[in-house]
Amino acid sequence: MAISSSGPRLRGWVGALLIALLAGCAGGGVWDAQGPVASADRQMTLNALAIMLAIVVPTIAIALGAAWWFRASNPRARRRPNWAYSGRIELIVWSIPLLVILFLSGVIWIGSHQLDPYRPLASPGKPLEVQVVSLDWKWLFIYPDEGIATVNQLTVPIGTPVHFSLTSATVMNAFFVPQLGSMVATMNGMVTQLHLQADRAGDYYGQSTQFSGDGFSGMHFVVHAVSRDQFEQWVSTARASGDALDRAGYDALARESKNVRPFTYRSVVPGLFQAIATLQIAPAGGPTQGHGGRDVNPRSKD
Amino acid sequence: MFGKLSWNAIPWDQPIPLTAGATVLFLFIAVIVWVAAKGYVPYLWREWITSVDHKRIGVMYTALGLVMMLRGFIDAVMMRSQQALAFHAPGYLPPEHYDQVFTAHGTIMIFFAAMPLIIGLMNFVVPLQLGVRDVAFPTLNSTSFWLTATGALLVNISLVVGEFARTGWVAYPPLSELRYSPGVGVDYYLWSLLISGVGTLMTGINFVTTILKIRAPGMSYTRMPMFTWTALAANLLIVAAFPVLTATLAMLALDRYLGFHFFTNTAGGNMMMFINLIWAWGHPEVYILVLPAFGIFSEVFSTFSSKPLFGYRSMVMATMAICLISFTVWLHHFFTMGAGADVNAVFGIATSLIAVATGVKVFNWIFTMYGGTVRFATPMLWSLGFIVTFVLGGMTGVLLAVPPADFQLHNSLFLVAHFHNVIIGGVVFGVFAGISYWFPKAFGFRLHEGWGKAVFWLSLAGFYIVFMPLYVAGLLGMTRRLQHYDVAMWRPWMLIAAFGTLVMAASAACQVIQLVVSIRRREQLRDTTGDPWDGRSLEWATSSPPPSFNFAVLPQVSGAEPYWEIKRRAIEAQQLSAEPHYESIELPRNSPTGFITAFFATLTGFALIWHIWWLMAAGLAAAYAVFVWFAWREVHEKLIPAAVVARLDRERRRARAEWLAQHAAGEPA
Repeated sequence: MAISSSGPRLRGWVGALLIALLAGCAGGGVWDAQGPVASADRQMTLNALAIMLAIVVPTIAIALGAAWWFRASNPRARRRPNWAYSGRIELIVWSIPLLVILFLSGVIWIGSHQLDPYRPLASPGKPLEVQVVSLDWKWLFIYPDEGIATVNQLTVPIGTPVHFSLTSATVMNAFFVPQLGSMVATMNGMVTQLHLQADRAGDYYGQSTQFSGDGFSGMHFVVHAVSRDQFEQWVSTARASGDALDRAGYDALARESKNVRPFTYRSVVPGLFQAIATLQIAPAGGPTQGHGGRDVNPRSKD
Repeated sequence: MFGKLSWNAIPWDQPIPLTAGATVLFLFIAVIVWVAAKGYVPYLWREWITSVDHKRIGVMYTALGLVMMLRGFIDAVMMRSQQALAFHAPGYLPPEHYDQVFTAHGTIMIFFAAMPLIIGLMNFVVPLQLGVRDVAFPTLNSTSFWLTATGALLVNISLVVGEFARTGWVAYPPLSELRYSPGVGVDYYLWSLLISGVGTLMTGINFVTTILKIRAPGMSYTRMPMFTWTALAANLLIVAAFPVLTATLAMLALDRYLGFHFFTNTAGGNMMMFINLIWAWGHPEVYILVLPAFGIFSEVFSTFSSKPLFGYRSMVMATMAICLISFTVWLHHFFTMGAGADVNAVFGIATSLIAVATGVKVFNWIFTMYGGTVRFATPMLWSLGFIVTFVLGGMTGVLLAVPPADFQLHNSLFLVAHFHNVIIGGVVFGVFAGISYWFPKAFGFRLHEGWGKAVFWLSLAGFYIVFMPLYVAGLLGMTRRLQHYDVAMWRPWMLIAAFGTLVMAASAACQVIQLVVSIRRREQLRDTTGDPWDGRSLEWATSSPPPSFNFAVLPQVSGAEPYWEIKRRAIEAQQLSAEPHYESIELPRNSPTGFITAFFATLTGFALIWHIWWLMAAGLAAAYAVFVWFAWREVHEKLIPAAVVARLDRERRRARAEWLAQHAAGEPA
């Protein structure tokens, strides 16, 4: 009775897993890889999954099978009510998971080294430098070589590695573009590194993956992956429009704001990123008076 | 006079917490009035509140855990429905409320639902399995419980007085520092966990001492039942890990209260230190919860297969291996924080090593069923559901231990699905298996099987309907803790998951019905022999419910399955062993110390949260005074006369003799 209903459950499970696999590959998922890092991450994940499924699926089947065969009402089952030890079985019982994990450890070691976010991507060209600052609650992207900056939007040329240097002006966040690959944390007073590359043109969703407060849900951005020419064009357009990001402008930007629409700065005061990362510019202030502020009741409005 | 506390602290303009708070307060007062009107207060005070009996304390822990699980479940329903609604829309929970809901959900479920449930079962079962009369420090045990209740109370007060933390349940700084969380929410979090953490640490010390020092004659380490072994491992972990939590949270409290700079952005503070420390506690914590659950499954598989546990020594080794390795894996919680490839790889491999020990356990459970006579009673259904579910959850866990996979799935709903997969599939299923298995021992009657099976099937289905979509959403890149979102492909999965909470709610309703039906039909469900499942360890050797002294005469243990041997001998000889010589028994006297201490600890905690310094000083002084008063007590123990012991045990022996006669006549036991 118990197990006969588990059969469909198991099949339902495999079905769900297949849907998940397909869904992951569908537009926008982490397995819809649009660059070398994402496809290598996906490959590692699928390798590990395949190794484990090879043992997990039979284990589940044997468990349910054993319970069903040795049900009290089965007259054909051979009972061995005192059988509680077998050296040979113990050996196998330890060996199987040990061997699987040994194998998997190889995957982990190699994957961890090959896909270290700090490791530059192999490429003939020079990577694009982007400095990332997480703020309450938006992303500031500085292009130091181009001398421009953007908020909540990132434009990158395809086929070119991008080297991100990341920090936070406030609390911890994490920078993540699912279709491009790995994420990395951003922390105040520290700089982390990340190398990504987009191979195909398109708009990719990016977001913070480390909860950072009330405006966290609006902390997403779009990555526009465009051709080299379009990128140059975009840079010159950006240089010709928008405000200049100076210290006063930065102080205003660093204040809390939610659901910020993307915009660009035509220029950036040099050394801004280093000044934030080395705390020459003090961390952003946190909630001001009133709502979410020193008031004990967060629910009262301004 | 009242520090930061004012009328403004109560959210008059927020209908949800206000209504919820008013309802809870009303129910609470109604229950108190009903109890008082019925004249139960003296009984409650004498037999429960001041009780130092491990069985009573275990039942109270379990009850607290179940109530808090319901509270945490309501938070879960709010989260799932918010995410179902908040597509291109703000939903019904604004961020400042939603953020409290998920923080409270995590905090309550881990600290005030799962922990009390596991500790409750250990309290009830371990001394019985060891064949002894109580734990090593009974009054301390009562204090532990009431301090845990203090923590739970403080978290629930935050619903209507002020706010709870809006930081996530591990409260990473700098977000949890004064600068970014200036309200009282994080303070509620800190003091409820600091106070209940003291209780948990004392539980750990108590049980390690009990298991190492107080066992029935002849019960060597390799004759201890598996649940007791896992309880030993879990309590060793508590002793080693909870001081880390307390120190970490105390450092954060120093930052917030006295302007220290342990984890601040500025002045040399380092948030990464907090994150390392909290997970140095946090990962062992997972095993504190799941190891005793493994122990429960070991008991259940063996009992309901009518076979000894297969590979006992392997199981002990696997348990102790997990106990050790669990301290070497904490870094996998932040592979994405930028540690080097070597560090990530080492911690990834250490993490997957735990799967070896867990795999051994799974195979041994399968071999326990192999050759057995398997009965599909409710505890066994939970155990089989556990194997299927937990193996899958373990697999996704090892997947997340592969750094490149984690780089894409960290903090996603895939991660959320994974840890619910192991905590619900492991801990919650284990607790329900344990409750249905030991309920007759605690109350003298079984739980209703039909409703129990309904609870199981609905929970199993509900779990899969809620969390499989979350795996998918995680693969689609959806991160956790989103109050609203605009990505269309996530929406259908959120709707399915929200539907799943309805199934879960149905299972919770069946749970309540099961309890009511079982109480009403308790005469039909009565367990007269003390051994309703044909058990093998010593808790089944005494009556159900056991007398306050557990065993009239401490049993002599000569093997790993002492009660099974006693039964075999009785069946072979066609009679019970000769009546022992009864002596009077000394038991510790009940004491209100724990309750009063916790009362003052509640005041102290509340005062600290709201900066009411005089009340804090008064509360601390009073709590200390209670312990001094307790230390000076003159009468420590009460005496149960030999005649009473003899009378109670002869009743039990009569029931057993009847059972034996029936057994000899070929009737099923």
